[in-house]
Amino acid sequence: MRKSTTLNLGTGTFVLLGFAALFFLTTQTTSRGITFFTSPPHYDLTAKFDNIADLKVGAPVSMSGVEVGRVTKIAFDSKEYKAVVTMRIDARYNQIPTDSDAAIYTQGLLGGKFIGLTAGGEETYLKDKDQISFTQSAFVLENLIGQVLANFTKSAGQSDSGKSKPDAPAPEPKSTEKPK
Amino acid sequence: MKLARELWESLIGSLVGLGSIVRFLLRLFAEVPRALLRIDLIAQQIYNSGALSLVIIMLSGLFVGMVLGLQGFQLLQRFGSEEALGTAATIGLVKELGPVVTALLFAGRAGTALASELGLMRATDQLSAMEMMAVDPIRRVVVPRFLGGVIAMPLLAAIFSVIGIYGAQLVGVQIMGVDSGSFWSQMRAAVALADINEGIVKSLIFGVACSLIAVYEGYYAIPTAEGVGRATTRTVVTSAVVILFLDYLITAAFL
Repeated sequence: MRKSTTLNLGTGTFVLLGFAALFFLTTQTTSRGITFFTSPPHYDLTAKFDNIADLKVGAPVSMSGVEVGRVTKIAFDSKEYKAVVTMRIDARYNQIPTDSDAAIYTQGLLGGKFIGLTAGGEETYLKDKDQISFTQSAFVLENLIGQVLANFTKSAGQSDSGKSKPDAPAPEPKSTEKPK
Repeated sequence: MKLARELWESLIGSLVGLGSIVRFLLRLFAEVPRALLRIDLIAQQIYNSGALSLVIIMLSGLFVGMVLGLQGFQLLQRFGSEEALGTAATIGLVKELGPVVTALLFAGRAGTALASELGLMRATDQLSAMEMMAVDPIRRVVVPRFLGGVIAMPLLAAIFSVIGIYGAQLVGVQIMGVDSGSFWSQMRAAVALADINEGIVKSLIFGVACSLIAVYEGYYAIPTAEGVGRATTRTVVTSAVVILFLDYLITAAFL
């Protein structure tokens, strides 16, 4: 009797652990995740970008390099043709001026994208559900390469083929250069 | 001339061995429905091959994950993309290291135990005694051990992977300072359910292979002390080679 109790206990624990591990793998490491933990006090901000490149849900939102929140939702606004990014900002950082701007940066050379907020000068602060109006799109390497290549061919003297090119990828770099 | 004949004979010998192990597998499968009626025997074997292997699997998983965390961090740092550590460690563990290392450890821990147990039963005529009592030793002794191993292997591999991810997280996030949110979010974005399925399929097939080799070697062990020892050794060696070979095949099939 006693032996069979330990046996059952051991088998039961093992099988439970095994299935818990399988459950963890299928729900916590993949995108079809289930979140169990309730998040600490926070408020949501939105921002509209022309292009978010490969920004993902869960990407950090930082100010001066300090993480203040995360991206929680990415949607597409079909009227303005813009990406709407919802960010969850930690309630501790509730003094972000209303004229702050949001830009998408890359972590390292091949790293993922993240949003960097730069504080503005206003005395009023952003509240829950507010929208950040100044945004700067993701830096798309291909566009830059295309532009450089186009400039290169233009300066090399082949003006007829090069002239049409710099205009084509223009909308992207234009918005990238604006806040600089 | 003599060499050629020996080669020919060893070739025939290995073909005979392959044929007999495949026939043994088919016989085991045929007995599975009736063996399922004695669920208590299978539970006992799940305990023997699974629960008792838990400590070695968890310890190894932790260290393998920690090493992955260190090595992955060092490598990814060169490209300035340490945040991909979570993805790298998880895909590496779930698809490859989890099933393969678990199967190798399983062959060493549970496979040898199965082979030597059955071999000793053979050597001490317990299997013949069962036959004399009209108890089919395959159904009563071999199939529960086989099924126990087959059920235990995927569970062990999943535990190994989870502990490994924890180990990688421990080194990468806690010690090396990778951002915890990026670690998890990049992992979630990059790991697909198909990757997990591949790991489960692999560990299931490795479970069948390891358990089959162990019970086969034990059941057909030469009934002497030396024979049992040899059966145990062959279990580990054959299992290791078969696991790595099958690993290549399954990986290629999933690509």
